Amino acid sequence: MTADSTFSIVDIRQLRKRYGTNEVLKGVDLDVKRGEVIAIIGKSGSGKSTLLRCINGLEEFQEGTLHVDGQPLKHGDAKAMRELRQHVGMIFQGFNLFPHLSVGRNVMLAPTLVKKANAADMAATARKLLARVGLAEKFDAWPDQLSGGQQQRVAIARALAMQPSVMLCDEITSALDPELVGEVLKVVEGLAEEGMTLLMVTHEMNFARKVSDRVVFMHAGRIHEIGPPAQIFNSPQTPELQQFLATLH
Amino acid sequence: MVEFTVWQILWNLLLAARWTVALSLIAFAGGGIVGLALLAARLRRWPGVAMAVATYVQVFQGTPLLIQLFLAYFGLGLFGINVSAWVAASVALTLYASAYLTEIWRGCVDAIPRGQWEAADSLALSFGEKLRHVVAPQALRIAVAPTVGFLVQVIKGTALASIIGFIELTKTGTMITNATFRPFTVYACVALMYFALCWPISAVSKRLERKMRRDR
Repeated sequence: MTADSTFSIVDIRQLRKRYGTNEVLKGVDLDVKRGEVIAIIGKSGSGKSTLLRCINGLEEFQEGTLHVDGQPLKHGDAKAMRELRQHVGMIFQGFNLFPHLSVGRNVMLAPTLVKKANAADMAATARKLLARVGLAEKFDAWPDQLSGGQQQRVAIARALAMQPSVMLCDEITSALDPELVGEVLKVVEGLAEEGMTLLMVTHEMNFARKVSDRVVFMHAGRIHEIGPPAQIFNSPQTPELQQFLATLH
Repeated sequence: MVEFTVWQILWNLLLAARWTVALSLIAFAGGGIVGLALLAARLRRWPGVAMAVATYVQVFQGTPLLIQLFLAYFGLGLFGINVSAWVAASVALTLYASAYLTEIWRGCVDAIPRGQWEAADSLALSFGEKLRHVVAPQALRIAVAPTVGFLVQVIKGTALASIIGFIELTKTGTMITNATFRPFTVYACVALMYFALCWPISAVSKRLERKMRRDR
């Protein structure tokens, strides 16, 4: 955690989200400090991905408030959403690289359009970012020529190119072959060490234990337990978390 | 009875084919512009628009083009607007083409995985930027084959405009037949003309598709 860790960068209050009559988030409160690494765990259907996707407005919520870097999230206000999304990067389970653009252009697209970055400068930045994720030589490659692990690392570089204050990771290793998981997690770990604020939904419990400052256990649309990894994994308080952890072994 | 040589028949048909081409181009350009506007409105998710466009599409897909031509030609006359066969045919074919094209293109846009939209959203791209830089380039590739397929349909569909007195390839064929009493020869030539118009377009489409697959 950095020095200004008292300032909360993501502030979620009483967030409720419904699909019709089905309430998937039933009043979530979460306060994330700058530089904090949060792992979100829980069964499928517990609302953990939905919560993450609410933070950059991919999902609309019906009640409660959500602030990123002090700005409130306002659905339907395109300008405010565009502003907020520049502060929030997201990496997906399915990579979602743009298949019609080369790797370099994937990284350059958003900054040149949204931040009106100069194309030549941005190309240099893109090369640096690709080098950072270990793919310096892939600038001109096409996404479908890369392995899953490489594609996911390009996706990380693409998200970093917007210089976000928060990075959301939605099960980013779940679609990867086991031998490719490590290379992606290494990059994420590097981000955490550099002080990036991370919220990650993950099934990699060892990784969550090693990297995160706090672990959030979601159950039935609520934050059921929250605490440092040592507490969550070693002395779970609730039967639900105990049961969840037991099923992993 | 007038004696026409086959060359004279072909020459006259060739002259008439210009109007078939012109009408096809009008229908396609007009239909393309209207169809694109309808698609954009649909993708914006403005309330009520989806229903309205769907109804529009259903109306034009669910009624014969011939009847649409009649309605445009005689219907506008009821309101005191005197329309030429040119205007009526252009209007009817434009509307007809727009209904089909907007539906074809919507299918192509729907074929783009949701993750592409979400990735563009989370990179803070605006609606226009998403369409222009992420969705359109990918949709375009899948749209080539069905769009060109429909273009060929439109070219053949212009033959119906002959019924409201628009003088194009088919109408000219009928007129020559009336003069020469050689229907088989004349209509065979007409068919040949349509084929000569449509076949190269299909061939170009195939090449375009292959090229796009290679170039990404």
